[in-house]
Formats: sequence, structure tokens, C-alpha cells
Amino acid sequence: MTQVIQEETGQAPILGHTPESKRNWRKYFTFSTDHKVIGIQYLVSSFFFYLVGGALATAIRTELATPDVDFVSREVYNGLFTVHATVMIFLWIVPAATGAFGNYLIPLLIGARDMAFPKLNAVAFWMIPPGGILLLCSFFVGAPGAGWTSYPPLSLVVNKPGEAIWILSVLLLGTSSILGAVNFLVTLLKMRAPGMTLNKMPLFCWAMLATSALILLSTPVLAGALILLAFDLIVGTAFFNPVGGGNPIVYQHMFWFYSHPAVYIMILPIFGLISEILPVHARKPIFGYKAIAYSSLAISFLGLIVWAHHMFTSGTPPWLRMFFMINTMIIAVPTGIKIWSWLATLWGGKLRLNSALLFGMGFLSMFVIGGISGVMLAAVPFDIHVHDTYFVVAHLHYVLFGGSVFGLYAATYHWFPKMSGRMANETLGRIHFALTFIGFNLAFLPMHKLGLEGMNRRIAEYDPKFATLNFVCTVGTYILAVSTFPFLFNMVWSIYKGVRAPSNPWSGLTFEWLTTSPPPVENFEVDPVLTIGPYEYGTEEAKEVVAAGPVLAMVASGLAKA
Amino acid sequence: MNIPSSITTLLIGIAITAASFWYGQNHGLMPVEASAEAPLVDGLFDLMMTIGTGLFLIVQGAIIYAAIKFRRKPGDDTDGPYIEGNIPLEILWTSIPAVIVLGIAVYSFEVYTSMGGLNPMDHSVAHHHTAPTVATAPGAAIAAPLSTAPSLDPKGAIADVSEVDGIPGTPTTLPEMTIETTALQYAWLFTYPDSGVVAGELHVPVGTRVHLKINANDVLHAFWVPEYRLKQDAIPGQTTELTFTPNRTGEYPVICAELCGPYHGAMKSVVVAQTPTEFNAWLDSQKVASSDVDGAAIALSPTAKPATAQTPDEFLAPFVHQMGFTPEMAHQLHSQHGAIAKS
Repeated sequence: MTQVIQEETGQAPILGHTPESKRNWRKYFTFSTDHKVIGIQYLVSSFFFYLVGGALATAIRTELATPDVDFVSREVYNGLFTVHATVMIFLWIVPAATGAFGNYLIPLLIGARDMAFPKLNAVAFWMIPPGGILLLCSFFVGAPGAGWTSYPPLSLVVNKPGEAIWILSVLLLGTSSILGAVNFLVTLLKMRAPGMTLNKMPLFCWAMLATSALILLSTPVLAGALILLAFDLIVGTAFFNPVGGGNPIVYQHMFWFYSHPAVYIMILPIFGLISEILPVHARKPIFGYKAIAYSSLAISFLGLIVWAHHMFTSGTPPWLRMFFMINTMIIAVPTGIKIWSWLATLWGGKLRLNSALLFGMGFLSMFVIGGISGVMLAAVPFDIHVHDTYFVVAHLHYVLFGGSVFGLYAATYHWFPKMSGRMANETLGRIHFALTFIGFNLAFLPMHKLGLEGMNRRIAEYDPKFATLNFVCTVGTYILAVSTFPFLFNMVWSIYKGVRAPSNPWSGLTFEWLTTSPPPVENFEVDPVLTIGPYEYGTEEAKEVVAAGPVLAMVASGLAKA
Repeated sequence: MNIPSSITTLLIGIAITAASFWYGQNHGLMPVEASAEAPLVDGLFDLMMTIGTGLFLIVQGAIIYAAIKFRRKPGDDTDGPYIEGNIPLEILWTSIPAVIVLGIAVYSFEVYTSMGGLNPMDHSVAHHHTAPTVATAPGAAIAAPLSTAPSLDPKGAIADVSEVDGIPGTPTTLPEMTIETTALQYAWLFTYPDSGVVAGELHVPVGTRVHLKINANDVLHAFWVPEYRLKQDAIPGQTTELTFTPNRTGEYPVICAELCGPYHGAMKSVVVAQTPTEFNAWLDSQKVASSDVDGAAIALSPTAKPATAQTPDEFLAPFVHQMGFTPEMAHQLHSQHGAIAKS
């Protein structure tokens, strides 16, 4: 416990005072141990990789615009979707959801000066760029062509150098993720401000607690699987290679033991972000705090025992399929609790329909579709029909794009004033939302029908009867690609030319709004003490806290003393 | 005040329910049902579509309604009402989804059981076992894909089947048939053990319970016929099984659904569902062709480019023509031998 209630008043931070002179872009390229710098390093670098992954997706959809193979070769095509998935998962959503917002927000939300292990934090971040560059370099030697799942024996026979690079890269990124998770756990459990019990933590902290536990339990298993796969690939052992008596199904179990929880690693932090964003802009307390908090833990636990639902058509015995089917379906219950609670939070509020809330509500709307198709996929007889088809592609994009990416955009708009000290442009934000929403649904909604009718995934050529819908998907993808430009322009322009942000532009109650924008080094002039719950909107105290501005931290410590 | 709003709620509820039921039955998203299993899967899907449509309408409706009705008026800087939760409501929206998913789980279980999924005596959809005679060989093919196909030896296959498959006491009265299925980059080979016929297209008689015993020679593949709603991975070193009953004549695509290499998208074949008479005629015509050219086909197949992904059938066709064989001759030959295809 490093938190000390500071009783002396010290010099009061002045409203609107930003250490502008100290803002130095060079620090973002250094081995900084400041959690805010690291958070922004994560955010910007993962967004860079998002653009790379998006470019790969655009290439994939360009190939699929017509039934024939006419844009890239089949080998390159397999490399495109393999690297696309790997980049989007390991270099965009995981680092952006956990690394970027986890690092930036957790110390601020719990009133700490930094993460528990600042150097470890920097080490974790600096594994991302080499891992990412390594992965992209695999295109020079023939990109890995076995899909992001890298099922042996295929992964052991095609593009071996690319596959080896893929394994090394994912091992690096997984290690980074593990280091980050340790840091989050310790920080959350040990460094909360006085008065902040677990049940008074902001919900993002609960979500990150559940996520970190999940990362620590599951990622080492992926590392194990990949190391064994590397032995099979490079040394010629036969853990998974049937030529030497190995069992490829064992790899699938080990892989999905991580990679299904990975879905929750990518969505739980987003659930947390949404739980922060909705109440602030709806001006209402979050509905059912405890239900949302504990359902994160329930999802985290259940997430560990559903992995084999990815293997219903593989070599799994029937009774096992039933076990995993029921577990998977039960996850709909805690997830449903969250969705109803968010709806109830919005209901009757005074919605500030800005870019952040639009993306937040877009998240809700799109994620529900992914959730419904998820329950469908859990049903074994139905999954046997649609497994490895475009129905699954549609489902996973509704969850990961409609869910995670919409949530990440919402969070970026929501915390942009805090991070940069400037307000983002609302008009551009709304254009961005409209384009993203339209493009996303055009690109992915038709895929449900494609999959049901018989279009399998990971193919460069398809039956001409699917041509029309595929063309629609491709048009949607181009709109999505275009939608990133208003966002990029908005961010870059606003950082330099945006209206200067007040410390609390949204009248939020969590600690990050009670310090300056951007926060000073070590976050708070005076260590804050919890005097008001994070979601007490609609109360008199809330008005006072918001009115007091950044001075509150000090007032609060005075109150706590009294 | 209260009465009209509750009437409105009731009306909206009825409208959503009606829309869900209508869409659940009329979504038109699935392809033709061509097997006895397909209607079972579709029934489950229709139910899930009904529930899913209802949920979709409720959630999207609530979001859109909130966005319009609860948007902040300009100049209003006050907060919304202080409502932290509502325990009965939370219990309600926890328990109703729980009941719904458990219901779907039970229904799925029922469907799976009636598809034969859980009963190994019934040659389950899912049941797999390691067949010793096959397991030793297929992996070796990775080193030299296409050059060896040990499971293709008809005599061995027949012996194998009679040993492993010696449980004919299935409760069904339908005729049964076992077909050895081999997946390789990038083709399907179907061996009819009783006659030794090897084909690149899967011919099946309607109204027969067809058991596929599936092997892979090189990497993972998956056998999928969308019109049958069934899929099973082919795993090198293991034998997996799939059982279905085709009940509609016609040609349907056989698709490889597990990434198997650059030409994965081209790995296709067809299942030809025929009346038993047509099927027997086809089998007879194949017997001759198969027994004579079989060896040549396999020996030569490495030279066939994977790009063309020729099925052995296509491959054999020119040979058969060169030899002057016609289906009629094959039929004659067959009847002379007096062999009658198992029906």
C-alpha cells in the first residue's frame, strides 16, 4: 500500500492548467515508465497495426469481390487472412483493450500514481513493436498460410519459414500480454485509493480483474502449444504430427484453451469501458453495479470451460460436445445481464448523443447480434452445419468488430480530451460513426446468409451463385476502409488544433476526471480519496464534485480527515 | 396514464412475438433439405431464429427508442433520475435467458440424439475411433502426398469394415451402406467396400443410411454437404464417421470446410443422390472401370496437378473411353458375374 492520505494542502492545481510546455512527443518513443505514456504508446501502435490489418482485410475482400482468383495468388491469399487475423487479435484488440486503456485508465480510476511495476509495464509494451514488425516481415519469406489457428499438420507443411516467424511473433505478443496482466492484477488489488473497496471500484477495474486472471490462466497454455508446434516444425518432433504418431487434435485443444478465453480477453475490457461511458453520457447511475461486476467474473470463469465448442466437427466424442454446448450457452446469461443493465442505464436518462455515446450504443446494438448468433453456434447440431463457414466469419466480426472495435472507438472519443487535453471534433466523429455503422453492416450482415447457404471460409474462390452477396460485402469493406479517414484526420487535427479540453468535459465522477487534462506526471497533485461512488449521477453530491473540479481531490482528503 | 401505456406495451409485445414467429418460419436462409437429418437441424435453427428475432427487435427497439425519446434537450444540464437498480427486474432478466438457453440446450440435445449423434451403436454422427489398420498408414502420405493411398485397397477395406463394423443390430429398418472416404490435397475419394469401386464423386441411393468412414491422407480436411447440414473433419491418423440418410435425389456440392492449403477453395466434389435403381446402375458401370484402371489411376495421380484437382472419375473417363467401354457393356459384364449390389 503506497497510498498515503496527504493532509497538507500543497499548491492547488489550477483548473485548466496543463503542463503543455512539458508535452514532448519524443517521450512516446522512449522506454518511459509513465503509465499514461505507455497507455498512449499502446493505443497508437495498436491503431497503426489496426490500419495494417484493415489494409489486409481490404485486400482479402478485393479478392473476394469476384468468384475467381484474380487479385492475388492463392498462396498469398492464405497469408493475407492468416496475418489479418493475427494482427487484429494480437496487435490491435488485445493490446488496445488491455494494454492501452488498461494502462492509461487503471491507475487514474483507482487514484494511484502509476502501475505497480512501471518498468515491467514498459518491457511489456516494448515487446509489441518487434512482435508486430516480425509478423509483417513474414510476407518477405512467404507468409504463414495455415490460418491464425495454425492447425497442424497443415502448419507443418506450408510456408515453414513464415510459420516459424508467426510462432515467434505470437510467443512474444503473448508474453507481453502475460506481463501486462500481472501488473494489472497487482495494481488493482494493492493500489486502490483509500475508501475504494472492491465493490466501489469503477466497473472497468472489475472487467480488467477478470481479464487479467483469464490471461494469466490461459495464455501460458498457448505458449506451450506454440513451443511444441515449433519443435514439430523446426526440429521434426512429432507432438502433433501424425507422421510420427502425434495427435493434431491435442494441438486444437491446447490452442483453443487459450483462444476461446482470448475472445473474452478481447471483449471483457470493452464491457468495462462501455460500463464507464454509458452512465456518464446518459447522466444516470449504472444500473445494477454488482450484477455487472460479478457477471464479468462469471464470464471469465465460464470462458475457461467452453473451448471445445470450436471443435464440434473435429475429433471430439459426442458427450464432450454436449458438455461444451451447455457451458457455452450458459455464458449467454451473464452476458445478457450486462446488456439488459446497459439498456436500463440508458432508459430514462438524459442522453448526450455525442460520438462516444453513439459508438457506445452502436456497440450495444451490434454486439447483441453477435451474441445471438453465438448462442446459435453453441447448439451442436446447428454448429455442425455452419462450422468453418461465413456464418462463423459474420459472428466473430459482429463480436470483435461490432463489439470490441466499436467499444474501442467509443472509449477513444470518451477519453480523448483527457489524454490529449483537447476536444475531438464532434461532426467528424458522427460522420465516422455513420460510415462505420453502415460499412460494417454491409460488410458482415450478408455473410450470415452466405455461410448458411454453403460458403466455407478461408477460400480465395467460390461458387458464382454467391457472387452478389460477396460483392455487397466488398462494398461494405471499402466503406469501412474509408470510415477510418475522418477518424484519423479528427484525431491528428484535434491534438494540435482542437478546442482546449477542461479537466472534466463530460462531468464524470471517476477519479480521472478530477485531475487536469492531460493529467500531470503521477496523475494527482494530491492523492485522491473516495468520497463519492463512481456512478452517483443524479445526486446533489455529484453536482458538487463536478463543480469543484480538480481541486476536489484535496477537498476530499480534507473531508476524509474530518 | 397507466392503462394506455400497459396496453401499448402489450400491443408491442404481441407485434414483436408475431414478427418473430413469422420470420422464424420464413427466413429462407437455408438451402434445400436433402437428407433426413436436415429438417431436424432446420427445426432447431427456426426456433433459434424466432427467439433471436424477438431479442433483436426488443434490444434494437429499446436502443432506438432511447436515442429518440431520452436524448438531452439543448440547455438541459441536469442529470437523469437516480436509479441504481431493481432487484426483481434483474432476477427476471437473469432467469428468463437462463430458461431460454437451457431450453435450447435440451432441444439441441434431442435433435442431436435423433440424428444418431449420441448412440455409438447407431454409427453416430460424431463417434470416432482409431482404426488400427488405417492409422498406421495415412500419415506416411504427408511426405509424398497423393502417391500412396493404402486405404484404397478394396480387399483390405472390406475386411476392415466387416471387423470394425460388425454391429448391424441397429434399430432402424432402413438399408445401410458404408463408404470409405479419403480426403487428400485437393480431392475426395469414395470407396465402396462391397464392390471395390473408387470414385471421385459420392453416389448414394436415397433412403439408405449412409455411413462415411473418413480418413485424411495428408492434412486436416472436412466433409461438408450444406444440403445435408452435416460436416465432419477428416483427420490424418484417425478415422472419423458421419452418418446420414439422403432423401432427395439430385446433385449437391461436397465441400472441404477445413483449411487444407492454397487450393482449399477448389477442393470440391459432388454428392449424387439417386434412386436405388439408378445407383445400382451407376455402381455396375463403375465396377468395371474401377477394377481395371484403378491401379493406373493411383500410380499416375502424382502427375496430375493439384490445380486441376481432378477427381479420379474425371481422370478415369478418357481411359475408359480409349478402351471402348460403354456403360451397357459394363452392365452386361456385371450381370454375367451375377453380382448384385447390396441394396
